[in-house]
Amino acid sequence: MTDTPNLEKTPVRDKSRFAVAMESDFVYAFKRSPVAIVSTVVVLILVLSAVFAPLIAPTNPFDPASLNLMNGFTAPMEPNAFTGDTFLLGTDDQGRDVFSTILYGMRISLFVGVAAVLFAMVLGITLGLISGYFGGWTETIIMRTADVQLTFPSILVAMLIFGIAKGVTPVEYRDQMAIWVLILAIGLSDWVQFARVVRSATLVEKSKDYVAAARLIGRKPGAIMLRHILPNVLSPVLVIATISLALAIIAEATLSFLGVGAPPTQPSLGTLIRIGQGFLFSGEWWILLFPAVTLLALALSVNLLGDWLRDALNPRLR
Amino acid sequence: MLAYLIRRVAQSGLVLLIVGMVAFGMFRFVGDPIDNMLGQERTQEDIDRLRGQLGLDQPFAVQYFRFLENAVQGNFGVSYRQGRPVSDILLERAPATLELAAVSGFLAIAMGIALGVFTAIRRNGFTANFIMSASLIGVSLPTFLIGILLIYIFSVELGWLPSFGRGETVRIGNWTTGFLTETGLKALVLPSITLGLYQMTLIMRLVRSEMLEVLRQDYIRFARARGLRDRVVNFRHALKNTMMPVITVIGLQLGSIIAFAIITETVFQWPGVGLLFINAIQFVDIPVMAAYLMLISVMFVGINLIVDVLYFLIDPRLRADRAGAH
Repeated sequence: MTDTPNLEKTPVRDKSRFAVAMESDFVYAFKRSPVAIVSTVVVLILVLSAVFAPLIAPTNPFDPASLNLMNGFTAPMEPNAFTGDTFLLGTDDQGRDVFSTILYGMRISLFVGVAAVLFAMVLGITLGLISGYFGGWTETIIMRTADVQLTFPSILVAMLIFGIAKGVTPVEYRDQMAIWVLILAIGLSDWVQFARVVRSATLVEKSKDYVAAARLIGRKPGAIMLRHILPNVLSPVLVIATISLALAIIAEATLSFLGVGAPPTQPSLGTLIRIGQGFLFSGEWWILLFPAVTLLALALSVNLLGDWLRDALNPRLR
Repeated sequence: MLAYLIRRVAQSGLVLLIVGMVAFGMFRFVGDPIDNMLGQERTQEDIDRLRGQLGLDQPFAVQYFRFLENAVQGNFGVSYRQGRPVSDILLERAPATLELAAVSGFLAIAMGIALGVFTAIRRNGFTANFIMSASLIGVSLPTFLIGILLIYIFSVELGWLPSFGRGETVRIGNWTTGFLTETGLKALVLPSITLGLYQMTLIMRLVRSEMLEVLRQDYIRFARARGLRDRVVNFRHALKNTMMPVITVIGLQLGSIIAFAIITETVFQWPGVGLLFINAIQFVDIPVMAAYLMLISVMFVGINLIVDVLYFLIDPRLRADRAGAH
């Protein structure tokens, strides 16, 4: 009846989606880069061991019943003088197995990092799309706020937000809420990058024909932004998200180390390093060293992966 | 030129007003100041009297204006935790932070430029490559881990340098300095390396890439053809022309040094403003937090403004562009 081309008649795909993906430039570049492969493996091992911590960890460090104070300060791989128990990475002052506390601590570090980046991403994408699509006063207010925030280092912004949020929460809930306050603080300190990139990509996409077409058939602005523009601006967002994750993990560790982050009842890797620093002079090096090395491995491998992703997704650098 | 300057100053003023609003909001809405100042046994009469005395019964705008008026005069109220005027505490703590920042800044600039030039001139040498790889690790190590590592090596294992505090200080007027005693100087070494390392690697990498760019230019080749000595070519001709972006970065990094002093001061228990701020957050000492926020934003906004204006003055191309546009 009409002359519209039949959209169903696309060429028959004779390969599965998986096979197509495996032949893409992206996978080819990945297979050729030892750095990318090694850092992916390290990230996977660390994330999986954090997720399955309750299954892997020999003890539950937060269950008082499983602790024995006599096991305190046991060196790695050496039997304890009183109980004869041996621990892979030693124990801390309260007899908690360091290996188990690291696994559980990494859970909190990763949870805070991922949640903060997701929060920053959703906030940044929303504000970026809105300011890019609508322009005018909304754009001025949003982007000037971003500029003001960029004047200050993000760790300082995160500290301030943490301090204010702590002041607002009633004393009895402070320890319980600390993790969520931390996510809020790091997320709010990090949305600017996302908003800037999404806004400039939106400005480019907005003037293309497909957006005009969508507008012509009467789609609402919200639908155009989410269904049409958003999918086309996602690849730089992915790169920023990966690099932000490394930064967020380090920011969380720094705040917790300074004593303005995860509380001792829910220690993250930063809190563990803070605790370990106290035993640096008395010779119990393992309480400090192993959490620090884990944090480094985590932050470094996520960072390297982000760098590689940026190069691989940027066609200009090929 | 003048229009640009005025717009830039107005923007900075607006930023400071907004930050002032945040600081004031902290005072006004985070916890009740009356609660913080009066003890358990208080009557409604006491509360009303104090409310009147502090001007808390006035409209929001009046209170905000009064807050700004006080802040400009350096009056930030009384610390909830120490019971002393915040301005006194800040003045007492400022020398420690400023001395630490000055030494780290000097270290970062001197070492950064020297290593940057070195790695650019010997860009295929073993030492230069080693320095470049080492700097990558320096960038990815979090500041507090660098501090702990240094403490472990130089205080715990070797026992050469102190791991915390400022050592003995000498009092000159209102200023306490650690520069004049041996323990004071020793105490400065580890914290200033910790604080300056990141900025040093940043400056080094920047100088290196700028130098490599400049060394390819024709006038360098001509200078060599004229038979000038390597040292003259490298420093007089090449380095001088890399300074423009380096100065900008150094200016912008000055602010970060003060901000990152928070972390270094905590690791080394350095009695400066940063440690004061962290303790204020831990104990929700709002007046100290607000004062620190105001102080650091004045500094950041001021440095940004100066760098922008300097850029404008140094680079004639920027001026030409703007003149052409009007």
